Amino acid sequence: MSMLRDAIISAFGERARFDSSQHPAGVSSCLVPRDSFSEAAKVMKKSYALLAAEWATDETAFGRGFGIFSCYRWGSEYLIVRADVPADDPWFPSLTKRFVPAYRFERQIQSLMGITPVGIPDARPWIKFEDWPIDAWPLRKSFDASKPMPRIKGEYTWIRAEGEGVYEIPVGPVHAGIIEPGHFRFQAVGEDVINLEERLGYVHKGIEKRFETLSWREGARLAGRVSGDTTVAHSIAYSMALESMTGCRLPERAQWLRALFLERERIANHLGDIGAICNDAAFAFMLYQLSRLKELMLVTNRRLFGHRFIMDRVKPGGVTVDIDAAGKEEIRAEMESLLKDFERLVTIYDENPSLEDRVRDTGILSPEKARELCVVGIVARASGLNLDCRIFNPFPPYDQHDRIELDVPVLISGDVHARVWVRIQEVRESVRIIRKILEDLPEGETSIPVEQPSPGVSGFAAVEGWRGEIIYWLQSGPQAEINRCMVRDPSSLNWIGLERAVLGNIVPDFPLCNKSFNQSYSGHDL
Amino acid sequence: MIRILRQIFRTGIVTEPLHPDPETEIKEVGIRLEEAVRKRFRRSLTIRQVDAGSCNGCELEIHAMNNPIYNCERFGIHFTASPRFADMLLVTGPVTRNMEVALRRTYDATPLPKLVVAVGDCGCNGGIFGESYASLGGVDKVIPVDVYIPGCPPSPAALLNGILKAIS
Repeated sequence: MSMLRDAIISAFGERARFDSSQHPAGVSSCLVPRDSFSEAAKVMKKSYALLAAEWATDETAFGRGFGIFSCYRWGSEYLIVRADVPADDPWFPSLTKRFVPAYRFERQIQSLMGITPVGIPDARPWIKFEDWPIDAWPLRKSFDASKPMPRIKGEYTWIRAEGEGVYEIPVGPVHAGIIEPGHFRFQAVGEDVINLEERLGYVHKGIEKRFETLSWREGARLAGRVSGDTTVAHSIAYSMALESMTGCRLPERAQWLRALFLERERIANHLGDIGAICNDAAFAFMLYQLSRLKELMLVTNRRLFGHRFIMDRVKPGGVTVDIDAAGKEEIRAEMESLLKDFERLVTIYDENPSLEDRVRDTGILSPEKARELCVVGIVARASGLNLDCRIFNPFPPYDQHDRIELDVPVLISGDVHARVWVRIQEVRESVRIIRKILEDLPEGETSIPVEQPSPGVSGFAAVEGWRGEIIYWLQSGPQAEINRCMVRDPSSLNWIGLERAVLGNIVPDFPLCNKSFNQSYSGHDL
Repeated sequence: MIRILRQIFRTGIVTEPLHPDPETEIKEVGIRLEEAVRKRFRRSLTIRQVDAGSCNGCELEIHAMNNPIYNCERFGIHFTASPRFADMLLVTGPVTRNMEVALRRTYDATPLPKLVVAVGDCGCNGGIFGESYASLGGVDKVIPVDVYIPGCPPSPAALLNGILKAIS
């Protein structure tokens, strides 16, 4: 299927040049003139594509200026549109008018790479705080990342609401619980939220820049620490992007074991989330019950795979741990008792009217808005968007539909309940997938050596983590080193969804809405 | 309601016996911890957790300390929302440049005497993120640290051990 590719060819003809250095073969990349960068977005929008990511590269090592990239997704097809930006005239046409989430990506590109998006309605910096030096663009090659930056005086302009009875509530960055830091600013009238503005970037650790100083092998370790709760999915995505560049074919057993880890991570996080959401509606019973189930899984992970979150067990070329017959039996028994307890708890959730009163019709993200904002993962599936990389961009065993029939839940109500229910369904699905994997796990090697990629190629991978689609885009430099590693956590898109979903709700429901999204700060801030 | 009660009784108290993982010396740590908390903190040690830039891995384990299996409240350990009530700051790192001011303010808002525990490899020395334009490295680069708990992330047992070390 190449709908998007055909659309670009028919709209651009000779003006779009397809590029063969992009891997894997299924992902096409085309170069368009800079002026037509947003025209390509228009063509994509007409083809019903969604924006998946937008990023920039510094290609001075190749003797070029900058590159600006946008990635679109439609069904199982990914298309990357690229434009060259000369170093002495760094600007590009903004895509924000076509795709809303572009405005976060573009603010980030402007802040960290110093390329100006022309026509962006909101040009305030993002992640780059007001006390950074104005000419500090850390993703540029000329920037010395090892030195601390001086603090300058500056101010961030917030969106203000004024009028009788309007008041403002600032929250964070240090929140009331054991969670990551971020700042939220509400404007409210009485109890109703009339505007929520997020300000993120507090946990910006310079991850993308850090990748450029690491070897390809060390990169996998860093990828596993982009977002600690999604360590498996991030390492798989990084490894797959790298493997696509070197053209290595993984042994089947390695791929199946990756899927096993991925599903275990999904279950553990979903269990924790469902409990935490109920807890935010003052139903602590569920939190304790479900966190017990989650803990039992983590203990099993530790015993069988050597790490409670299965961190660093996925590496480029395969996995570092294997499972024997006794281990399989243990997981099988664990799944059985987990599901039994889980189903009892689901019944309790479902039959509790006071809980229902809180979660139904709260924090609605309508299907239209979800499409407009290009959200992904559980948030998208709760709002009627049928997106799941395990179906549309599968790696083995997910591509073997006759062996693993994947049934992805999609709901349309878009409220907190829908996001809980999608998680509940996915836990059931994942248990089923794990059982299948244990039944049919192919014999063979668990890893093979991975060669260095050749210079000047790029690799792409999209993996369905428990939050949603994770994208890695890697580019090798002239010496075959990491020239750029673009990380797109689902949170980069879904945080905007939360801003929308909260509108019109009462302030006390914000924790509930926020928890039902449960986006990563670290994965977003990088 | 009957379902809830039934589930509660069916589950029973999972906190005891302590789960059979041989590595976990929770029982032993717990007894000593409880004693120290009783003696020095009048049975209540209040902790404010601050994420100064971690990847969220350490937070998961700190959460796990509160789950019914480790149940750290039984030792008198309680997590508070405000640094003003806290005896101890449990800080995960690396400290990012963008969190430096917030961390300092949290530290200043905590009444004396106060203890600071740096959690995780990154909290101890910056870990894989190291020191850069965006990351200042370990927690002790910004505020004085009393005890370090290494690990990526440290297990709930290691966390309890570290807290015990800090208060004894």
